[in-house]
Parts: sequence; C-alpha cells; structure tokens
Amino acid sequence: MIPLVSMKGISKRFPGVHALKHVDFDLHVGEVTGLLGENGAGKSTLMKILCGVYAPDEGSILWEGKPVAFTSIRDAQNQGISIIFQEFNLCPNISVLDNLFLGRELKRGVVLDFKKMREKAKKIFSYLGVDIPLEQPVGRLSVALQQMVEIAKALLLEVKVLVMDEPTSALTEKEIAKLFQVIRDLKAQGLAIVFISHKLDEVFHITDRIVVLRDGERVGEVRTKDITEEKIVEMMVGRKLSDFFSTRTSKPSEEIVLSVDQLSGPPYIHDVSFSIRKGEILGMAGLIGAGRTETALLMIGALRPTDGRICVNRKEIHFKEPAEAVSHGIMYLSEDRKNKSLVLDMTVRENISMSILDKLSEILFTINSQKERQLCSEYISRLQIKTPSMEQRVKNLSGGNQQKVVIGRCLAVEPFVLVLDEPTRGIDVNAKAEVHRIITTLADRGVSILLISSELPEILALSDRVLVMHEGKVKAILENKNLTQEQIMQIILRKEKESYASA
Amino acid sequence: MMSVVKKVFAARESAIFLALLLLMGGIWIFAPKFLSSSNLYLVSRQISFVAIVALGELFVILSSGIDLSVGSIMGLSGVIAAGAMVSGIPIFLSVLLGLIGGMLLGFINGILISYVGIAPFIVTLGMLSFARGTILILTKGWPIINIPPVFLVIGQGDVLGVPIPVWIMLVAGVVSYFLLTFTAFGRRLYAIGGNEEAAFLSGIRVRRIKLAIYILSSLAASIVGIILVARFNSAQPDTGTGWELDAIAAAVIGGTSLSGGSGTVLGVFIGAAIMGIIRNGLVLMKVSPYWQTAIIGVIIVLAAVLDRIKNKRRA
Repeated sequence: MIPLVSMKGISKRFPGVHALKHVDFDLHVGEVTGLLGENGAGKSTLMKILCGVYAPDEGSILWEGKPVAFTSIRDAQNQGISIIFQEFNLCPNISVLDNLFLGRELKRGVVLDFKKMREKAKKIFSYLGVDIPLEQPVGRLSVALQQMVEIAKALLLEVKVLVMDEPTSALTEKEIAKLFQVIRDLKAQGLAIVFISHKLDEVFHITDRIVVLRDGERVGEVRTKDITEEKIVEMMVGRKLSDFFSTRTSKPSEEIVLSVDQLSGPPYIHDVSFSIRKGEILGMAGLIGAGRTETALLMIGALRPTDGRICVNRKEIHFKEPAEAVSHGIMYLSEDRKNKSLVLDMTVRENISMSILDKLSEILFTINSQKERQLCSEYISRLQIKTPSMEQRVKNLSGGNQQKVVIGRCLAVEPFVLVLDEPTRGIDVNAKAEVHRIITTLADRGVSILLISSELPEILALSDRVLVMHEGKVKAILENKNLTQEQIMQIILRKEKESYASA
Repeated sequence: MMSVVKKVFAARESAIFLALLLLMGGIWIFAPKFLSSSNLYLVSRQISFVAIVALGELFVILSSGIDLSVGSIMGLSGVIAAGAMVSGIPIFLSVLLGLIGGMLLGFINGILISYVGIAPFIVTLGMLSFARGTILILTKGWPIINIPPVFLVIGQGDVLGVPIPVWIMLVAGVVSYFLLTFTAFGRRLYAIGGNEEAAFLSGIRVRRIKLAIYILSSLAASIVGIILVARFNSAQPDTGTGWELDAIAAAVIGGTSLSGGSGTVLGVFIGAAIMGIIRNGLVLMKVSPYWQTAIIGVIIVLAAVLDRIKNKRRA
C-alpha cells in the first residue's frame, strides 16, 4: 500500500547543528503514528518540514507517491496537512469564533457571514463534545478549553493529515479521555495522525505505530503492540531504563528547618501548613491549579500573604520580596523556565551568577570576574552542563541544559531550602535522570527540598513525605511508604467529590 | 591581532560607527567647512548635550521602561539653578539645588513606576506636563537673566581646546560605562530588561533598581539643563521641549532595544553624534530646516530597520 505521505531521506542543518540526518517517515491513512524522541532529537524540525515551515536541505516529500513541495504553512494546509503546535497560536483578546476563522473567514459578498461561521463552529464543538461560548475571548478560557479550540481550528480545514505536538500536556485525565475518543473517531474517518508526546503511557494507548528519533536520526519504527515501554526508552536514549533510578543514601534528620503555619493569600490559598526537616524531600502533589506554585510564591515573598506565619529555624520571618528569601538561603526554581527563570539573551555565566552578585562584588561594587568565572566553571562541570563555553547565550542551549543552568544558579546561593517547581518539565529522559540525581545528592548533603511536580512517579521516587494539595488547601501529608499513585489520585478525587457535595 | 580586528567588526556598534564615518565623509565632500575646527567645536558641543540626556535615557530603556519627562526636568532644574543664582545663593549651592530638584522629580517617577506599579509611559508623560507647568508657574513665562558671569564658563568655556560640556559628556560616559559593565548594578539592570520576572524571582531587588534608574535619568537631564543655562546666559522656560524624543532617538539609532536588555554607552554616543552631525551638515549644505526634521525621522526608522535585519541574520 502506498503511504499517504512519505518523507524520504530528509536532512536539515541549522548553524552549528545537524538537526536531521536522512530521516524517512511515512504516514498511512487511518493510522495514528507516534513520534518519539528526547528533546532536540529532531521531532519538531521534522514536523515543521512536513508542514511547510522549513524547507529540507535534502530529501523529498511524496503525497500518494507523487513529489510535492510546500513553501508555506498555507501550502501544506491546502494539501490537507494541519498542525497543532505545542505553543498555542491563538489570540487571547478576541473571541473564540473569530479565532476559529482567523485568516479564512467565511464571507457573503464583502461582509462576514457570521451565521454560517457560528453554525460551523457549533457543529464542530458538539462533535468534539465540548460546550464553549463562541463570543468569549479565548484568553479567558481554561488552558484545556483553549487546547480544544486549537483542535477545532485544525479540524475546520479539509484535513487529511493532523499533527498533534504534545496535545495533552495541559489537559486533565477526563479531557484526555475525550481527546482520545476524538482521535479514534478521526482515525476511523481515514485521517493520518501524528501524535507527539513525552508521556509514554499515552503513546502506547493511542498509537498504532511508533517512530523513534535520536540525535536527528531515525532509530527505528515499530508496531505499538509489539513493543514494551522499556524497549522504547532504550531506543530513545540508547541505554537501559534501570540506569535511571537514583537512590537516597541517608535519611532526613528530625530537625525542622522551615515551617509554614496557616498561610493564606491570593489568589485562593487557604490555611496551608507544613514543615520541612533538614535533608528532607517533601513532595507536593496536586492537579494543575491546585495552588502549589502560589504557595511557593507566597512563601518566598513574591506574592503577599494575607495571613499566616513562616518560621525559618524557629524564628518567624516575613519576606517582602524574593531577594530577602534568597539572602536567607531559600531559593525558588520556577516552573516556567523560559519566562520566569532564564534571561535567554544573557550568557550561561551571567545566568548562573545572577543570584550571588553581592557575594562576588568588591570595592566600588565591581564584580570580581575571575571569581565569577571560576564559580561558573565549577557548576558547569559539577552539573555536567553541555555548552561550548560559559559565554554561550542560554537561548542556544537545549531544554535540559537550560534547566541545569537554572539549577546552577540556585546551588550557587548554597541554599539550605530549595523549592523546585516542576524541575523536570519539558526536559528529556537523560537530563531528567541527571536532575533526579542532583536532587537526591543535595538532600543527602542536608539541603531541604520542597519538590512540586505534576508527575506522580517522580514525586513517589524522590520524596520522603508527600503533601497533597487541592483547590488551595492541604488535603493530606503522607509518609512515602508503600504509597501509590492511585492512593494520591484517590485523595484528590475524593475531596473533589466532597467539595461538589458541599457546594 | 586578527582576533582584535574581528572583535571590532563583530561588535554591535561597528555598523553604525561605519555609517557615522560615511556620513561625515559625505558631508565633508559637499561642505568642506564641516571639518573646520570651529565647526567641529560647535557640533561636538551640541552633540554633548543630547548625548548626556540620552545616557540617562539609556539606563531607563535598558530596563524596558521609558522616560518622557527628561526634557521638562531639564528645563525645570535649569530654572531652579538660575533662579537660585540670581537671588544671590552661591553658585555651587544653586547648582546643587537644581540637581536635587530634578532628581526629586525622578524619584517621584521611580516610586510611582516601581512601587505603585503604573506604566512608565503614563507616569513620565504626566511628569512631562507637570514639570513644564511648574516652570511656567515659577517664571510666568519669562526667561531668567543676569546669570553670574563666572558660571557661564561651564557652558561656553573650553579646556585644551575642547568645550567643557564635551568633557562633562566624556566623564558621564565613563561613569555610565563603568556602572553598566563592571558593577552588579549594571548586570542586574540588563537582567531586568532581559526578563524582569526571572530577575525578580532569582533575588534581584527589581523595584529598588528601577527607582534608581529614574533618578539617574533625571540627574543626567538636570546636568544638561544647568549647563544650558550657562550656554545661553539665561534660563528659558521652553528649554528642553522635545528633547525626550531626541534622547530616545539617539539611543535607538545607537542600537538600544526599546524592549530592554540591550544597548551600550558607545552606541548611544554614536547615535547622538549621527543626529547632531546630520543636523549640522544639512545646515552647512544650506538645506531648508524643514527638511532636517523629516530626515531625522527617516534616520530613526532606518536605524531600527538595519538593527532588525542584523538581528535576523544572527538568529
């Protein structure tokens, strides 16, 4: 059978990187193909070539066996290829309806045909099983609904090939289930679908075939039902899964270094109390929007608490801004690496030393650059940051290495409490394992860690105790002994039912 | 040696510096008088005024802010200093009063922007109007004359054949360069411009630094306002009108990004020089003054376009 789309021998170079090396990639009618690989393996580049964003340096694209060349996204769309990018392409200030038909409005003469557009939009939303008000500005929708609008937008076109880049990262379990139903439906209608995700269980659940990329090369193509998760991970990273677990060598002491007592504050944090012991990893679990990040921000003074106390080494302290928390040795690593952690245009060196410029300053407030460089090279080698030099701008680094730069900044402060907010989000398996190792090593050395993560396996693998948050409140604090993901999810869901009942 | 040459050409400023040289060459061909020492004396002094104000503006723009009130603050500090001198207060003290008056307005700008959280554009637009109004209230629209003659040397005199305002510009440039390049303050300022949220969360006292730069900006403007009193032998109520735009233009032509985080002292100096030399050259070539304003407008946009192209090639 001739594949619907066949990419043959695709190569692409960017300055300094060989992003794709002779990659073959086929798509068949009525099939879901999973595209897997670490960050930087070339998945996005390959998809951008398929959708006409980039032109390949070598290789060709065949459509039902005939060569085609796309010079723009519109070209590819006309052929029937639609992509849902990882970052949304929606205008937050204009309505759902306007977003759906942006750039391809339906007209009657010169005026817009709102009636027809509204009809079409309603039809597609009811097909997707969501009820989204068409006049609402997109920015006011939840991230999950925005994702649905993005999907609806793609389906409005005459689609034959649909590429979904991390479509589930913002969705809840329920919404993911709905999305999968839609994918199965589309598949039955004969669409060829590409599904890109970091979540292996989803890939195994929904795909028919899996193509694995590593360092710009195609490692292999397998039928999903013939392979195990371990084998896939091995293909992706080139080594065995068992190498990835890190173990603690010491137990936390009984000494409480930080306690939070009935902390409340905007937007919806209420009566949060917990304490962390020296050398302890306290995992913080909860759904997106449970209030974990906000709790951390209230703690370090980035947001103003309305009530509650924070005690460091039994002394009550009130942080007016993060700078004060930092000078007390409490460091926060943000969940949003690009927007809230890194100064992308600055160098690796400048990003690492950012929080300790006071310590590096001498007479006349000048920065001792020799000391600065020495310190940076120490963290670069200790955290194994892969960069040509410390003068490299961080925006040119891969996600994992960027994250290590931020971790380097945190460690340079020599904190005794480290708040890590989604420290492994969006980084590949190898880097993840290294970050896990760094976390356990730090705890072994007596640093107390508050670990916020949406990945329960991560929380369970690393934490001494687990705090479960939901809707701005602490629901439970549990010893991590024989604790399972199901137990944690049950706590969250049970409380959800209760709060419905009380409402 | 080669690497030094390479470094020079790779520098952000090299392109506009080349443009500056070409411009000077072009003007010299059509108006040979351009390179006469008397003309260079005048043009360098003219450039120094804009350059000093633009240096202050640079600090603000680096934080991705904007200061529209520098022109009015210039005028007000000149009026305060001149008024004080005329009423018999010692010159040194009068100058100090002028500087403090200007910095106080900068302080108010800074508090409103960083602690109250109002957009810099709005705050400084209000200050532009407020300071200008205050000048008119104080002077009733009349210039202040009878400035003590000893004071005039600051605006009219020279040392080693170089106008004193140019020396002041050079000192201001060295101090600014030092602050931006070698101190923690400068590094933090670039970080704030690059990503304010990241700077805040990593422990930089963003509000304090933002307050400081609006004070610095008004200090630079006040210095120029006071020198201009000496230059014109009077404090004119309309001194500084429109200078905020010249200062911003000099910074932009010099490659400063209005979105913050990138820009240099050298760039600002070259930007101010390009503007001053074009004005001077057009006068020498007897081009109608109406054309000058239009041409400056074209240059500003052209500089931004060139910067855009250069950045694109880099990315």
